[in-house]
Amino acid sequence: MADVIRDNINKDGIDRRGFLQCMAWAGTGVLYTMHGGILKSLPLAQGAMGGDHMKNMKGADFSFIQISDSHIGFSKEANPDVTATLQVAVDRINSTAAQPDFLLHTGDISQLSKPSEFDTAEQVLKGAKAGKIFYVPGEHDVLTDDGQQYLDRFGKGTKGKGWYSFDHKGSHFIGLVNVVDLKAGGLGSLGSSQLEWLADDVKQLKSSTPIIVFAHIPLWAIYPEWGWGTDDSEQALGYLKRFGSVSVLNGHIHQIMQKVEGNITFHTALSTAFPQPAPGTASSPGPMKVPADQLRNVLGISHVNFVQGNHSLAIVDSPLAQS
Amino acid sequence: MKTITWFLELTATVALALALMPGSTPLLAVSAGDKAAAGASVKIDNFSFGPTEVSIPAGATVTWTNNDDVPHVVASDDKLFKSKPLDTDDHFSFTFSKPGTYMYYCSIHPKMTAKVVVH
Repeated sequence: MADVIRDNINKDGIDRRGFLQCMAWAGTGVLYTMHGGILKSLPLAQGAMGGDHMKNMKGADFSFIQISDSHIGFSKEANPDVTATLQVAVDRINSTAAQPDFLLHTGDISQLSKPSEFDTAEQVLKGAKAGKIFYVPGEHDVLTDDGQQYLDRFGKGTKGKGWYSFDHKGSHFIGLVNVVDLKAGGLGSLGSSQLEWLADDVKQLKSSTPIIVFAHIPLWAIYPEWGWGTDDSEQALGYLKRFGSVSVLNGHIHQIMQKVEGNITFHTALSTAFPQPAPGTASSPGPMKVPADQLRNVLGISHVNFVQGNHSLAIVDSPLAQS
Repeated sequence: MKTITWFLELTATVALALALMPGSTPLLAVSAGDKAAAGASVKIDNFSFGPTEVSIPAGATVTWTNNDDVPHVVASDDKLFKSKPLDTDDHFSFTFSKPGTYMYYCSIHPKMTAKVVVH
């Protein structure tokens, strides 16, 4: 049942069933549990509330939840009430069997960087039962005043445009910013001063320290044609090569993808606002319109593993229940 | 070429001078109409500018309209102009006074690139 592409009429690596499962998204969050330095993920769907969640939690050192792309202020057809769906995400976080140590929000908190949008987001997220919320900005959060408003509200005490690191129960977390000073024709960008900071930040750490990097735009080339990648991510990941366990968590693409490359595991999270199409399956990465009943009620069964094929993108779907 | 430009500029100046003379309202209307026709409009659809190249005379205005469900920012590579975030149906206009080729992009989706040629 899992990992099979059937009826691939268009030879594009995605079948009808896979496509429908992509549409049946769950805009909630991803639960991560740390087991002896290895990070395990479980999308916060119904399954995460019961047996699967407990199974995942067993023997875990700690857990945290990633939410992403709330886009407060968006009101188009793809989701006319993004505040309500963010509230659903918070409710689900609060009903997890074990309270997470903290939340990571991987950017695009707002749609247009408006103060009222940030206010609403803060108001809703304040209701989440989690120790603290750590943020990194998305490009929608730094649209005005060079991102100063974001820094004042969500990035106090951070370096540069909002990057920082912290330690938690033996793991080292690094929040990176790849949505400012973007160059024409390019992708996401970290920039030289942030790269220098990163090299210095990890210098003193033991190679056995588990590293968790989080940033908005993916730090691996998912689909550069749509800007889904970061120009200087390889340099950043180069500084992390000597570590035994590195996990990279991103948002931006509003769908789940995972990839393992050597010691590095890449994850992307769903949006709490609206889904976006799988790479290359639409004319642009714009919001995907799904029937209203699916938007709210069909829960997370979409789990897309990304495999880089020789000629085209191959997307293999595997149902969440079995993952 | 330079002479021709000179001549056109001179003609425009004369036309403007005539237009500003009392009792020449119809001429002013025609002149304004010509000017508007010389400008260009660029649509933003599906994360791309269309057309990707527009050619206009110096002094003409380009107007961008965002038809996407996501915001875009129109910004020139050399920082000559930058729009505010354009939400759906928002417009941005810029008047190009000097000839040249102006490359621009969307500062939040930098894969979106296009140009304005001013002659």
